[in-house]
This record gives sequence, C-alpha cells and structure tokens, in this order.
Amino acid sequence: MALTNEHIQHRLTEKFGDLVSNFSVLYDMLNFEVSTDQNLKVLQFLYDEADLNFQFLTDLCGVNFPDQIGRELAVVYHLHNLQDNVRIRFKVFTSVASPDVYTASKLFSAANWMERETYDFYGINFIGHSNLKRILNVDEMDYFPLRKEYPLEDQTRIDKDDQMFGRG
Amino acid sequence: MSRPVRFNTHPIEAKLSDAISVAEAPDGYAGEGFFTARLSDVVGLARKNSLWPLPFATSCCGIEFMATMGSHYDLARFGSERVGFSPRQCDLLMVMGTISKKMGPVLRQVYLQMAEPRWVLSVGACACSGGIFDTYSVLQGIDQIIPVDVYVPGCPPRPEAILDGFMKIQELVGQESIRRRNSDQYKALMNSYGIE
Amino acid sequence: MTEHHQHHIKLPEGSIEKQTTTLNVGPTHPATHGVFQNIMELDGEQIVSTEQTVGYIHRAFEKLAERRPLYQVTPITDRLNYCSSPLNNMGWHLTCEKLLGVKTPKRVDYLRIIIMELARISDHLICNSIVGVDTGAYTGFLYVMQYRELIYEIYEEVCGSRLTTNIGRIGGFERNFTNTAFTKLEKFLKEYPKVLKEFESLFARNRIFMERTIGGGAISAERALNYGFTGPNLRAAGVDYDVRVHSPYSSYEDFNFSIPVGKTGDNYDRFLVRNEEMWQSLSIIEQAYKKVQEFKGADAEIFHADVPEYYLPKKEDVYTKMEALIWHFKIIMGEVDLPKGEVYHSIEAGNGELGFYLISDGGRTPFRLHFRRPCFIYYQAYPELVTGGMLSDAIVTMSSLNLIAGELDA
Repeated sequence: MALTNEHIQHRLTEKFGDLVSNFSVLYDMLNFEVSTDQNLKVLQFLYDEADLNFQFLTDLCGVNFPDQIGRELAVVYHLHNLQDNVRIRFKVFTSVASPDVYTASKLFSAANWMERETYDFYGINFIGHSNLKRILNVDEMDYFPLRKEYPLEDQTRIDKDDQMFGRG
Repeated sequence: MSRPVRFNTHPIEAKLSDAISVAEAPDGYAGEGFFTARLSDVVGLARKNSLWPLPFATSCCGIEFMATMGSHYDLARFGSERVGFSPRQCDLLMVMGTISKKMGPVLRQVYLQMAEPRWVLSVGACACSGGIFDTYSVLQGIDQIIPVDVYVPGCPPRPEAILDGFMKIQELVGQESIRRRNSDQYKALMNSYGIE
Repeated sequence: MTEHHQHHIKLPEGSIEKQTTTLNVGPTHPATHGVFQNIMELDGEQIVSTEQTVGYIHRAFEKLAERRPLYQVTPITDRLNYCSSPLNNMGWHLTCEKLLGVKTPKRVDYLRIIIMELARISDHLICNSIVGVDTGAYTGFLYVMQYRELIYEIYEEVCGSRLTTNIGRIGGFERNFTNTAFTKLEKFLKEYPKVLKEFESLFARNRIFMERTIGGGAISAERALNYGFTGPNLRAAGVDYDVRVHSPYSSYEDFNFSIPVGKTGDNYDRFLVRNEEMWQSLSIIEQAYKKVQEFKGADAEIFHADVPEYYLPKKEDVYTKMEALIWHFKIIMGEVDLPKGEVYHSIEAGNGELGFYLISDGGRTPFRLHFRRPCFIYYQAYPELVTGGMLSDAIVTMSSLNLIAGELDA
C-alpha cells in the first residue's frame, strides 16, 4: 500500500490527537504543526513505525515570524522516507521569551550542527544538546542576527554610505 | 544562429622570439670587468622575477587562482613556480576571496609572520572592499587590517586580470628603494595599522 | 623567557601536562581547500579526537536573500559550491519555477541538463585531482585543469562568465545556444574521454594510491544515513540515493544512466564513485546533445518558457526599446510580487542533495530562504571518520569528502 499524505495524517492524529494540527498539502508535501514539547515524540514515532519509516532528516532550520506574538520562532523539520520516496515537513513554534525546544540530535546525528546553526541565527535553545554554541558567527557575538529586528549590514562600517543605497 | 567571428581570423604564425623575453639590464656604468648600477635596481630585478607567493585562498577567487596556476595561464613563468604556505618563507601575500570577521585575526597573524620585504595583493572584490557581501559578518576590505599594495577587482577576476595585478606587483618590487622599509613614511603606515 | 603573544586559539587547562599533542590544522592550510579548522589531539601519529570550527567564510547568504528579489538571489547561489556554480543556479531557478508553477519546455530541460552535467564533471574533476595532490601526485591536477578550461569556455559562450556563472533565467536561458557553443561542446565530448581515461589509469589501479586511500575515512551506510550524508559520499557507503532518479527534475527521467555505488565508504570508494559519475555524466551529455539536435525548425529556437512576469526581456530589446527596459528593471528590482507559498526543492548538486527551502509571504523578496547544504551536514561526521586513524589519512579524508568552504558556511 502506498504511503499517502492522508495515511500519514490519519496515523498522526490517531496517536497524538490535537497535539498535531494545521495539516495542509503544499506542492505535494504534507505540512503540519506540532505542539512545542512533543517534537521529539513525533520524530521518534515517525522514525520507528514500520509503515511510516521517516528515517532521514533532510533539513532542520529556524524561521522568525515577528508578527505572531507568543509564537515568534519556529523550528522546521523536513523528513524523508527513502524507501517510499515521501517527504513531509512539520514546524514547532516557540516564543522569543523562552525559546526552548527539545533536541533531535540523539535520534539523528545530522541534527547536531543544524541545531547549532539554528541557535546561532535565532537563539533557540535546544534542551539536551551536547554542544550548543555558535557555529558560523564569531563566538563573541551577543545577538542573534537572522531575527528580523536586526539589520543585514554592519552598522559600524564607515566606508559605505547608506544614503546612496536608499537606507539612510 | 552563429555570430561572425571578428578577431583572430588570420592567426599569425607564432615566433619563438615573441614567447621568450629577456629582462633588460638596469642602467649602469660598465667597464672592462666591472659594472656599476644602483643596488636597488639590481636587487629589485632579482626579487621581482622570483617572488614566492603565499596564496591565501578562501573562496571562489581561489578557484580562479588554481586556474591561473594551471598550464593555460601559468603563473610559474613569472618566477612564482614555488608557492609556499608558510608565511616565514614568502614575499607576496595574495589574499583571494572573502575575508569574514572571524577570519580577520588569522589573516593579520599570517601577515605579521611574514618577514620584510613583503607585499600584499588583494584579489577579487571581496578582499578589496567586501564585494557583494555588505553584511554583518564580512570584513569590508582587507585594508582595514593590513596594508595592501595592489588591488585586483573582479568577481572573480579573470586569470589574465590576476596576472596583470601580479605584474603590477612586479613593477612595484622592481622600483622599490632599498631604504623604503626603514623610512618614516613606512613606519607611519605600519603604525596606522597598529603594527610596530 | 620570551613573552607569549596573543594566540588566536586559547590553550585549554592542563594542555602542557597532558600526554597528547594539540595540532591545529587550518584555517589556512595548503592545497587551497577552503577555510575550516580542525583542532586535533594526536598521540604520536594517531588521532585521539578532533573538533572542527567552521564559519571562517560565513557571508550571511540567508539574511542577504531576505533583502533580494528572485533574480538578485541567483548571484548568491553561485557562491555556494563555487566549483559547479551552474548547478546551484539551476537549482534555484527550479525552486522559483516550482513556487510560480512554471513548466519548462523539453528543449530547455535538455539544455539545462547539458550545463548541469558539465558542472558536475567540473566539480568532480577538482575533487579527484585534489585528492591526488594531497597524496602527492600533482600531475593529474595540472593535466585536468586544462580540460576544465574547455568547460569554462562553454559557459562563457552561453552566459558570458567562467566561474560564478549566474546562468539562466526563471523559465530557461537568456539566449539560445549558438553554433559556437555546440562546436565547443563537440570538441569537449571528443577530447575529454581520452583524458578521463588517462587520469583514471594514473590513480585507479595505482598501488601507492590504493594503499594510501583504502581503509581511510570509512563509514557504514547506517551511520552515513543517520548523519544525513547525500551525494557521492553516501553512494560510496553503499546507498543508491540520487535525487535525479528519486525525484526527477528537468526531464532527467528521459535519460538512461546508472548510479555508481561503493561498498565501504572509504576514500578509495569515494574516488571511484566520483570517477564513475563523471563517465555517467559524459554519457548523459551525449544523450542530451543528440536529443537537442532532434529539434528542428521553430522548435530549435525555443530556449525559455513563456512567463513574461518573471523572464527578463531580450537584451537587444532592453537596449533599444523603452518598454523592455522598464520591464527588465521591474523584474530585477522585484516590483512584481511573489505568490504566497512555502516550497522545498532539491537537486543533485556535486556534493549531494542541495535543497532550497523558500517561504514567501507575497512580498517582493523571500520571507525566508534556507539552503540545505550537503557539505555542512556531512562535515559533522568528520571526527567519526578519522578518530583512531593516522594524521595523513585524515588529510586525505578531508579532501576526498569534497568540502567546499562556500557551501559549508554560506
């Protein structure tokens, strides 16, 4: 029996009820949202179940939605079932005030650096991560640059004139 | 549709004398068994035709440097057959590629480890001025941390452009005065970078 | 006693008393690989542990992309895996086409495949010849760089630039391939197989090379999958996952090619897998070229899909007509709003699955663009690959993984 999006949705709602929500199919990929502290349980379920078999973590990244108060930071997981060639995506939301998410690095070794990168860019604290420190930016940096509130350019540079670029 | 070829439609037979050039002897006073010239001319001639570059290749310009080192564009014919990776042994620091703020102290340390006389060639838009990356993490030009002699623009510059920059460095090396490194102006330049 | 200078690396507690040596490999190290650092603890020649530091060329691509409309993001994607820029460009254009719902005609797909496979050959050539340089064999590198120049000439004919190509448009190409481009392609197809055969015979059954590389940096298929490996490194470990076959894009399903798979995932297998992939890419290019030549008459003039809002007008019109100039400006500056949507698209780049996760909120520029970079993901496994082995094997492993700094840090 082919692994369809309806089947995955059915299995998830059967097991987790309303801890998983917001199902939609965008460009043939199933999208859903998981309640913040259930992310590891959902990942484990999708990994272990023989008919779901999502054992490859394609991508883990963060997104900042500044307009959704209380849910500003999201962690997006892309999973892939290599045998049946099915991909799914789910998000967990957390707030800027207490951005804590359980780490997936015990289950997927690939998540180790991806979570460090997400921490570096957004400040999301992954609970249980073995080595959560900055990876791409300078260690002494004191803010999380990819959040929308911070500008792209280095504000201390003197040789580029922002007026000329329409950013004065 | 094909375009008509405009250039090189009647290629000239290559002559050996065009491929080999002989370096001109410096001006001097010659006599039987002796030749006097300025020391800086002779030393400059020797140095410029045997520069040992240190390729500090960080990104895409590094791949164009690899093409320059290859047989098609051949940097070796300018005397730079031996590229070294130890700053203690090299004269010319070729910085090729983006230097980020994390890399800045490393570049400065490599520059400080080089012995005088040393020259710096900044290859590519990112090394000259930050390039297309006007961001919080990229150093907007290496001349913020080390003094630069020649800037080669381009993103990435063609190998011919890198060779052109290299030839300009050779001109600078050939004409450099013996006393330059001890002069007050040079000391002031180094002080402005915080190098004693 | 001399004073200690300010070191870039802080020496940890007890580092003078301990039994192992701390060796810093990088960030500037020979053989122009790129800037990343490994701090290794050595017991003689054996590696006890190693820790990597990346980010020495972090250029904030993802934040930069939030400021730039679609066409201005293409030059940034060039600089990801800069040894094979056309692959990154095409991947980005395919992602935009998925978001916008554009379907490209077959001729465009076949021309894209020719360029993408040329880029793959050029990437694997650098990797394999640098593995040779790291084991001491410099000749192979110099020899094949000549043939990379031929590939650069083909890119120049199509888009004008050699390395960071910014090739193509959303929907196709900027101009039809000229006869000169096809002549250069034929010259490449004629001369290159001999060169690849010679290069292969220099290394593949060379006893010194085999003894240097067999056994070094081995990884099992289960560990590789858990680490998120993709591309030649995963195929060397025994898993035949190739995005071109599993989720075909740009009409790859019309082509007949096989996926080379290794056994142990060590350096030798990676070398052989990349080598065989170059042969497969050559065969794909030959098939694609034959298919392109079958289009006759008006069909042979098609080089882009019909999407006026996202396809830049012809350069001849832009320089002579007012409307084309205005339209060109509007598209580049992003005056045409993107549709709202969230799309993930991936292609088989030189190093594995290069993914683009694009969230658009209906504005001019992407709301969020994330690059799933294969190098970044598999470099995590480096300690597991080299611990317990010798230092020289670690150097060869580092170069056989094909770590490109631009893709590592973005």
